[in-house]
Amino acid sequence: MNKIEVNNLTKIFGSHPQQGLKRLKNGEQKSEILEKTGMTVGVNQASFAVKPGEIFVIMGLSGSGKSTLIRLVNRLIEPTDGEVFIDGEDITKMDKNTLIDTRRKKLGMVFQKFGLLPHKTILANVAYGLELQGVSKQEREQKAQETIKDVGLSGYEDSYPSQLSGGMQQRVGIARALANDTDILLMDEAFSALDPIIRKEMQDELLKIQNKLGKTVLFITHDLDEALKLGDRIAIMKDGRIVQIGTSEEILENPANDYVSNFVKDVDRSKVLEASHVMKKPEVLLTYKDGPRVAVRKMEEAGVSSIFVTDKEKNFKGLITIDDAVKAYQNNIPMEEVLITDNIYSTSPATPLNDLIGIAADVKYPIVVVEDEKLLGIVSRVSILSGLVLGKEKDEVEST
Amino acid sequence: MNYFYFPLEEWTNDFVNDWLLPVMGGFFDSISVPLRSFIDGVTNLILAIPPEIIAVLLILLAWKLAGKGTALFTLIGCLYIGSVDLWAETMQTVAIVIVSTIIAIIFGVPVGILSAKSNVIDKIVRPILDFMQTLPIFVYLIPSILLFGLGGVPAVIATFVFAAPPAVRMTRLGILQVPQEVVEASKAFGSTSKQLLFKVQLPLAVPTIMAGINQTIMLALSMAVVASMIGAPGLGSIVLSGISTVNVGLGLIGGLAIVVIAIILDRITQGIGNKL
Ligand SMILES: Nc1ncnc2c1ncn2[C@@H]1O[C@H](COP(=O)(O)OP(=O)(O)OP(=O)(O)O)[C@@H](O)[C@H]1O
Ligand SMILES: [Mg+2]
Repeated sequence: MNKIEVNNLTKIFGSHPQQGLKRLKNGEQKSEILEKTGMTVGVNQASFAVKPGEIFVIMGLSGSGKSTLIRLVNRLIEPTDGEVFIDGEDITKMDKNTLIDTRRKKLGMVFQKFGLLPHKTILANVAYGLELQGVSKQEREQKAQETIKDVGLSGYEDSYPSQLSGGMQQRVGIARALANDTDILLMDEAFSALDPIIRKEMQDELLKIQNKLGKTVLFITHDLDEALKLGDRIAIMKDGRIVQIGTSEEILENPANDYVSNFVKDVDRSKVLEASHVMKKPEVLLTYKDGPRVAVRKMEEAGVSSIFVTDKEKNFKGLITIDDAVKAYQNNIPMEEVLITDNIYSTSPATPLNDLIGIAADVKYPIVVVEDEKLLGIVSRVSILSGLVLGKEKDEVEST
Repeated sequence: MNYFYFPLEEWTNDFVNDWLLPVMGGFFDSISVPLRSFIDGVTNLILAIPPEIIAVLLILLAWKLAGKGTALFTLIGCLYIGSVDLWAETMQTVAIVIVSTIIAIIFGVPVGILSAKSNVIDKIVRPILDFMQTLPIFVYLIPSILLFGLGGVPAVIATFVFAAPPAVRMTRLGILQVPQEVVEASKAFGSTSKQLLFKVQLPLAVPTIMAGINQTIMLALSMAVVASMIGAPGLGSIVLSGISTVNVGLGLIGGLAIVVIAIILDRITQGIGNKL
């Protein structure tokens, strides 16, 4: 069964939402309705389903209705029309008490501006959900303590939110959602207010948490990189409507329309990746002087089947495969003779990833990144996976 | 412009004389009797406490809540009031201020909460508050004598009418000022509306509500002289007799005592607001 299932969900802000709904169903656009009636379409007949343990990302530009949609899921906003099933039960039809109970037991939420209670300590903030349920002080504080430890904030229990940095406050926000032990986490631009490094850290943290606890996450962002990194599937919204749902690859390779492809392109263009951004330090470097025996041992240690060779000054010389090294060792052939120097593609650190994609697919060995003949790193096919999509996108744009 | 005659004056007089006084007299008595004993109780209580103890308590409070400067001012102020022999009158005025403020809070905070929660209630309450604040005091002062007799009771009622609106308005403002995300967070974790009010909205509104109560107290004090015109005892009557006998000195010492009390109460209540 789907953890969350949304059917034809619509929200119209304004004085006569039912009348607006009729217009929507007649196919009128958000802009037409705004012009004719002054009412704003927040969400327009959205449908999607989130499977247990899935991270489902909703992405869209500002004003596309993301916040409205996620607030319809836990009914912080009353829908105009449609259904929202949480574990098979329609939240839009629940009476007050059932709704409150569902929020307590099934739905945790993390907010963009954290939404912490400024008059309560970190401990009390994290324990807040349990406090609402009437859990005893001792029990809820113990649980809160554990969760605070899980998010790495031990020692800050008695601080107040205003005393913490943004990243730390959001950890509190996450801890508060985790303390309730709900299966579902709703996250509205949870990391958008954080600076890039902290943001990355929090994304990794979320993936870890999700891995460990198997939460079902509905995650909102307007950042493509974040969506690609976190999302098992991504839904793209425009003017309140979901225009495409799919895995990252599906969306990037087959954008449903110009809006999506523009979205994808714009976000990527702002972050052109270069070889130096994705290159890795080669597993093992072998100075030119080392014999085949050392080469074999080092490859064995590193668990690789080929090794890059440089001289003392790190000048790139070539590559030796394990087979060749073994052969050289057995037959006492000097290293120079088994050194592979052709068929190795080398590039400069500033080369755009786009230029490397076609090459990466064809070459046998990882691309080496060199500057002034010195080996800086290697770029493997795996490490340009995200850039691969970028390249295809760009090819299409160029060919049209 | 008089195309027709609107007999509001006659209607009002008929209404007051034929219905309000004879029919509703019992009802107003049932308000004024407990109110009178409340005022008397508070007055007697603070007059029964030795002035030195009240002064020390005030100074300590001022020190804790508003700092050394205010504590020093409070000391000097209390010495002044004692030395011009106005302690009893000051306490009588303070009693009326206390009673009016308590009633203003009992009425104002809940109404403020309701008008924050409901636009309809706000639309009804708002013009009433405007009315209460702008209607010239004497317009309702005279009827309140008719209904409640002379003395402290009509004074408290008139003071309440004039001083309660800030308590209502600031309570509403305080609740509406609570950040949207904080309210949403509380709801998202399953708070009932009662939990939301008592665990989030009211605690976060307290500083604003205190600012409203501070204003209520100041307005109540500013009514002291007016209240004395309808027979309320206290500093107002000192000022009033100073004016009516052209005794400038008497008017001045009474007026200064009002200012002293106003400053002390203002700083202390502001201090409470800031501490919370
Ligand atoms: N309470 C409201 N009353 C009226 N209109 C609203 C209300 N809330 C949202 N809207 C409108 O609904 C539309 C969707 O808003 P929403 O906040 O869901 O967008 P969003 O995708 O979350 O944008 P952002 O990225 O800026 O957060 C917007 O046009 C907005 O103006
Ligand atoms: Mg939003």
